[in-house]
Amino acid sequence: MASVLDRVRSRVAHQLGVEEGSISPESSFVEDLGADSLDIVELVMALEDEFKIEIPDEQAEKIVTVGDAVKFIESHAKGAAQ
Amino acid sequence: MRLRDRVAVVTGASGGIGRRIATALAQEGAAVVAHYWRSADAARALVAEIEAAGGRAHAVGGDLANPEEASAVVAAAAATFGQLDILVNNAGLARDGLVLRMSDDAWRAVLDANLSGAFFCIRAALRDFLRQRRGRIINITSTAGQVGNAGQANYVAAKAGLIGLTRAVAREVGSRGITVNAVAPGFIDAGMTGGLPEEIVARYMAQIPLGRAGSPEDVAAAVVFLASEEAAYITGQVLNVDGGMVMH
Repeated sequence: MASVLDRVRSRVAHQLGVEEGSISPESSFVEDLGADSLDIVELVMALEDEFKIEIPDEQAEKIVTVGDAVKFIESHAKGAAQ
Repeated sequence: MRLRDRVAVVTGASGGIGRRIATALAQEGAAVVAHYWRSADAARALVAEIEAAGGRAHAVGGDLANPEEASAVVAAAAATFGQLDILVNNAGLARDGLVLRMSDDAWRAVLDANLSGAFFCIRAALRDFLRQRRGRIINITSTAGQVGNAGQANYVAAKAGLIGLTRAVAREVGSRGITVNAVAPGFIDAGMTGGLPEEIVARYMAQIPLGRAGSPEDVAAAVVFLASEEAAYITGQVLNVDGGMVMH
């Protein structure tokens, strides 16, 4: 099974229209990947669907980089950290 | 057929204008989820009429002032017809009275039904629309929301609010290929205007350059246009269907 990072990377690439190879854990959604506020909301929804989790708004605000998202998912998703 | 393979939700589809919007969308090829609040029989009759004409329709009841029920009404489109392309927020309620005599309940009920209900449906529909990078939202407001009307503070506030909601959402989601517009009927021969005294009707007529009341068909034609591909470059607008009563 693909790692959480790979799955997040694939979702992010699809959502923001960027190359998967250009996405690292350190990439900031807004600064490096060019996401606007609606992109972020859509991304949160996509990750919620992908990992069957809920990301509350106050948590979502703290997710700045791809690595932040991976960390949140690994600590909250049931079947994610395998 | 301008709406072939499209799926629409029409709220308040059992009433005069909503019913005609539903049949007009169906005539253009759209499958229609016909929402009703209390008039289950009227909604079922509407579905039967659309099906008899070779169209597809499904009736679903719900109180749109309740966010869960509004979500369920919107979700019925994907559950029944596999997708959602067009949301028509038509459901409306009037409880007229002068401000000094208007009860808290009459104020809240009308704001809830006309404005909050539309917001809840829009919020629910946007998930699908954002995902597919396509969607049409058409809010049925009223000329009363533009020029005011004595005895309808609640209704006017709700309909004016609907125009603001239309513009805000149009700006939020325009980059995703989703258009959001409003249609403002003026004096229409339908349920809500049925019981008006003759002198009031005459006063309205004097203000209408085209010299007649509008019909539900007139309103439905504007909705079909805004739902169609031809209207792809129109968003955040209010299209008056009022015989010229209000010009701006």
